[in-house]
Parts: sequence; structure tokens; C-alpha cells
Amino acid sequence: MTSFEFRREFFADERQGQLNEIGKPTIRQDILGHVTGRSPYYDDHLFDGLLHMRCVRSPHHHARIVSVDFSEAARMEGVRRVVGPDDVPKNLNTLLSLIGFGKEDEPLLTPSKVAYRGEPILAIVAESERQARAAVQAVRVEWEELPHVLDVEEALKPNAPVVNATYPGNTFEYYDKYDHQKLRFGDVEQGFAKADQIVEGSYRMSPIEQAPMETCGAIAVPETNDRIACYTSTQALFFSLATTAKLLDMSSARLHFVGGTVGGGFGGKVDSIVEPMSVLGALLTGAPVKFMWDREEEMQVGAPRGAELWKIKDGIDSRGRIVARSFTGYFDSGAYTRLSSYAVVKATGHLPGPYSIPNVASNVFCVFTNRTPATAMRGFGITGVDFAIECQMDRGARATNMNPIDFRILNAYRDGDMKAHRRLAKNTALIECCQVVADKARWIIGSQSRTQSSLRGGGGEKAHVPATVIDEEGRIGDRRRSDVPTAPHSAGGRKRRLPEGSLRGEDVVAAPPQNPDMLGDAPASDPAASPENGRTLARPRFGPPAEVQVDRPRPRRPQARERPAIPAAPARPSTRRPLRRRTSVSRHVSGFRRR
Amino acid sequence: MAKTPIAFSLNGMERSMFVDPGQNLLDALRRGVGDLSPKYGCAQGTCGTCSVLVDGKLQLACITLAEAVAGSSVTTTAGLADGSELHPLQRSFMDNFAAQCGYCTPGMLMAAKALLDRNPSPQRQDVVEAISGNLCRCTGYEPIIDAILKAAAFMRTRGRP
Repeated sequence: MTSFEFRREFFADERQGQLNEIGKPTIRQDILGHVTGRSPYYDDHLFDGLLHMRCVRSPHHHARIVSVDFSEAARMEGVRRVVGPDDVPKNLNTLLSLIGFGKEDEPLLTPSKVAYRGEPILAIVAESERQARAAVQAVRVEWEELPHVLDVEEALKPNAPVVNATYPGNTFEYYDKYDHQKLRFGDVEQGFAKADQIVEGSYRMSPIEQAPMETCGAIAVPETNDRIACYTSTQALFFSLATTAKLLDMSSARLHFVGGTVGGGFGGKVDSIVEPMSVLGALLTGAPVKFMWDREEEMQVGAPRGAELWKIKDGIDSRGRIVARSFTGYFDSGAYTRLSSYAVVKATGHLPGPYSIPNVASNVFCVFTNRTPATAMRGFGITGVDFAIECQMDRGARATNMNPIDFRILNAYRDGDMKAHRRLAKNTALIECCQVVADKARWIIGSQSRTQSSLRGGGGEKAHVPATVIDEEGRIGDRRRSDVPTAPHSAGGRKRRLPEGSLRGEDVVAAPPQNPDMLGDAPASDPAASPENGRTLARPRFGPPAEVQVDRPRPRRPQARERPAIPAAPARPSTRRPLRRRTSVSRHVSGFRRR
Repeated sequence: MAKTPIAFSLNGMERSMFVDPGQNLLDALRRGVGDLSPKYGCAQGTCGTCSVLVDGKLQLACITLAEAVAGSSVTTTAGLADGSELHPLQRSFMDNFAAQCGYCTPGMLMAAKALLDRNPSPQRQDVVEAISGNLCRCTGYEPIIDAILKAAAFMRTRGRP
């Protein structure tokens, strides 16, 4: 526990109170069960007459099912039921449909075409696990192998095999229009043109299996009152319950889910597969049914963290400042969407990392390949791109002959800076982290870096949303890939700009901020903005763009298309918290002083 | 399928049951007897979470045939505490944050007990070797090693409570 140090001053306005727990050992409330072996994991519920369910799985990455003959398996000793795709009432789903995001693209049991190795097409319910395994072996499947694609860039080529029929372009569809998620802030092309040098890098991450000690599984048990109880390893109990109700087309009131004791998850237990499978088994047999992945299944069909490919281009000026950064990202979703569409949105919100860069552009693709579907794992969508960004920072430091920590501190974001997704940075501490890391690693940093602070030098000009390039149709770039460069589509050479301060691009009206903190710093009369605080932030402009600036003269847009005005946030200086409350906080931090 | 009758001692209590040919000890303990403390992790003898002591020797229940323990004395984590008095290893795991999800914990405790039974004064390296057959995915090994060393020190000075 001694390895934790809580540096309260960075979070003074986030967390009030003394935070006495941090840095001190606390005995877990569930640990008595753990050390006595009595914690109730899902498989620690015993039921008389428990049946075992196992799946017939695809041995191929991509194949059409020509025929399935389970007549022999159905006659084998102990086999109670063969469960096929027709037994699933709504056999097409996408996980995030529960929040209305994405199209249904994945069957629970696949009827016609498999798109990854290990994809389930049939299940056997038998009296013992051994009998279920033997029956699975006895199912005869005739496959017609199809060409497969296992690489994101290959999957985007024009003649690539179509992995997922719901998305024939092999990409998730954002907003029903875009085959990628897009971010534009300023004008990267102009930034690159002004830069002293360009540094490019390409970074690949492999999939990572979460490999929890307890494999995914669930036991479904018919209860009285026409209900089914489901004991499950899930990390997302209600998500799994709702997904089960949806796939099995039954009222969620008929489902009684029991969980919460999870033998490790790390994101790998949110996909809600074992629950509908076991509940379906219990519905069809009227008996308790366990559906548990063995270790091999956990490794082969358990959804991992997806593979990622990031291409980053930086423009760096003569002083070592990054003036423009563009990304093209490819997130390998595997054969189905699961949660990768969301990972891409998360990743995009994270760009360009913890640095203040005036011009940022990105196109990030959620790509379908014939790999195992990817899902959540510890910071998915963020971890991979952070790896890429930090490798790129080292590369930038080498290119500019700078100490990599000095290079980071020079480019670090500070409180009050406008981030590329148009929110003000607050509670930033990258500079201080770098200083502490340098101390701990006995890494010499420049005297300039030593005196920097996240509290100073932010805001001002850097609080503004820069004018952002759009094309003549008002878009910030192509909707579909055409080897998508991160430059805006510029047919006819006519580029326009969303004026400085605009929060969104076309046809989306920015909602008024819900939290007054998002408006930036307190008014000048606020004590937090006193000279002692060292800075006064300009407030970003919220509201419709006043006028569209055009690089070349062209007719003004019709007035009718102008957006409704957005009400200004209420000015409530008495209740607004200052961006950072520092009055009672010691400036002294072990190892260094703030100035 | 012909079943075999076996009798063995589990945590000091005599047990007798019928087992299937090929049935492993893990399944016999969990479903046959109802001792749920050994856990299923891999059924391949690689993760250690099903570890038990058979006649004092550390064994993996998933790759031990149930028939093979006939006449033996089996100890599991469920038998580690002395009534309501926790074993010093259990207490030390609690105090040193040596469990997070808890799924590897029963196996870790058995491996640690096997070590301390034969070597009451282990060095850190001895502990590392003793739990080298046990995988943990969340806690990390350092708190577990610390907990075992502290339990050993406690047991040397105070003896088993």
C-alpha cells in the first residue's frame, strides 16, 4: 500500500473532504468468503439433475454451412435436447441495441454462415458434460469454406470478403452515413504546411485475451411462477438480463438473475452469451442447465481486447511544439460489433492524447474481420491509442533532438486549454506527472520543464475553438473511405471554415452545457481568477456560428438553414464553483515545489 | 457405467461415495461431496486454482482421478480454519490484500500451506517457487507472497493458534 501517494492538490475541486481512505489498506468486505472458499461464484450453486450444454463450433474462419446432421447425436446416451438456431426466438442482436446504437448483426446460434473460428451453430444439452462433449463430436457438419480476412487494412480493400452481411463494407456505420468516426479541430493541412518537420508513425496492437481465472458461464434453473433463475459470472447483470429477454423474446419479469461474485472479468464477461444460452436450455428442457466455457473456449471464442492499428502524423515547429496531428485508426472488431463501435467513439474522444495541439484530425474505423469478435477490456479504445501516442511522442522527441520528457512537458495540455472534442481541460496534471516521473527515474529534465505547471500558461488563446475546415457541402470530410486522408474532402478546391468558437459541424445543434463548469473559468470577480491564480480564461463561444467564412467567395447559405440560437448558460456567480479551489491546499508536494 | 465405491477422509471427516471411472477429484469434491472450495480454472492442470492436499502433498484436483484418493486424507481450503478460528494464512491474506476476485485464493492457500508445513521459515524465493503453479489474474503476486511470508513469521513466533 505504501506505493500509493495521493496528491490532493490536483483534485481539490473534484473531491471535498479529507479522503482518509486513500493510501491506507482497507479489508475488503467480501474477503472472508474468498479466504474460506465460500464466496458464491455462479458455479458454486448445486442443483439436482443439472444438465450440461455444449456447442458445436465452426472450425473455419469463414464458411457457409451446407448441411448439419445431428441425428446420431440426438440418439446418444444422456442427450436431452439439440438446440438449433430456430429455437432462438429473436436470433439476431447487437449488444448496444439496448442503448439504440448499431444494427442487429449477430445471431446467438448461427444459421447459415459463420464468420469466425469457434462460432457456435448448434448446442447439445445432455445429462453429463462428458455426454454433451461426445454428442457434439457426433454432429456432422458440411462446410463450404469461404475466403477470409484477418487484417483490418485487407478488410477495407475493394475485393475483400464480406465478413458481416449487416455491414457489407466491413465497417460499422456511424450515424447511418459515415463508415468511420471523425474528428476535426482546426486545419491540420495548414498546420502541416507551417511545420518545420513532419513525423509519421504506424503502431499495431495485438488482441489480448482477458483470461479470467473463472471462465464465462451460467446456470439457468426453472423456478416456480414460470420464472427462470440464472446464476451467472457476468460483469453486467442487468445488461445480460435485458439481452436474454430480448433474444428469447420473453418478459424480463420472468428472469431472476443472480450474480455479483465474479472470478475475474476485466471486460471479458459483458457479452451476454452464456446467459441466454443457459436460459434457452432451461426453457426447452424444463431442467437446470449449465453452460460453461472450458478453458479452450475461453481462449478461442472469449472476446478479447481487439487488435488496433494507428497511423499518426505530426507537424512539429522549430521550437518543438506539435502544431498539427492527424490520426487514421483501425479498430479490429472481429466478426461482429459487440462493443467495438463504442470503443472507437471513446478513442476519438481521447484524441490527441493529453497534449494541446491546435490542429487535430482523425478518421477511425471500426472494421469487421474474420477474427474472434472483440469486446471490452480495461480501458479499451483508450489503452491502444495511448500506446500509439506515447510511442509517437518518443519519436517526435528524437526527431527534434529533445529529451522525451521535456518534449512532453512542452506540449502538455494545461488547465483551461480547449481539447479537440471541444471541452475545456481541467484538473490536468501531465506536467506534474512528468516531473515526478523524472525525479523517480533520476532522469534529468531541463530547468524550463522544472518550472512549468499545469495551472499556468493554459487558457487564453488556447481556450478557443479554432476555425475548423469544412468542405463546400458543410461537411468536415468524406463520409465514406476513399483511402480517407484526414484532410477534408476538397472537390473543386473550395474549402470553407466553421468559424472560431463553433462547437459542432453540420446538422447537429450543440446542446447547452448541463454543467456550468464546462463553461470554463469563473467571472473575473471570482476569487479563483485573482492574479494569485495566475490566469484568466476566456470563455469559449457557445452558440450558432455567426457567419461562415469562405476561402473563396461563394453564395451565403440560405437563412432558413440557420440553427436555432442556443440559450446562454445562466450566470450564477454565487453558485458557480471556481475551476480550482486552492485556498486551503498546501503548495508543497513531496519531491518538488510547484514554483 | 460401473461406479466405484471409495472412502476417504476430507478435512478430518470420513466420506464415502460412488465415483465414475475417469471422474476427477475436483468434480467428486464439488458435486459429489459439496465441498465447493476448490475451483475450476482450466481442467488441464495448468492454473492451480483446484489445488488440494492429498496426504499432505499438494495436488491438482482436476488431474487427479477421484478413485486415486481412496483411503487417503484430503485437505481443502474449507478445512483450513479451526472451527471459527481462521488459519494464520487466511488471516494474513485478509490483512495484506492478497485476494481481489478470490478465485485463485483457495489454490494459493493450499500451495502456501503445503510450503509452510514442510518449511516453516521460507525465504521469498521459496514462496515464489511454492506458488509458481498457481495463476492469479487480478491481485498480482506480490501481496500474496507478502501475505505468506507474514503468516510464516507469525506462525514461527506464536505457533498455530
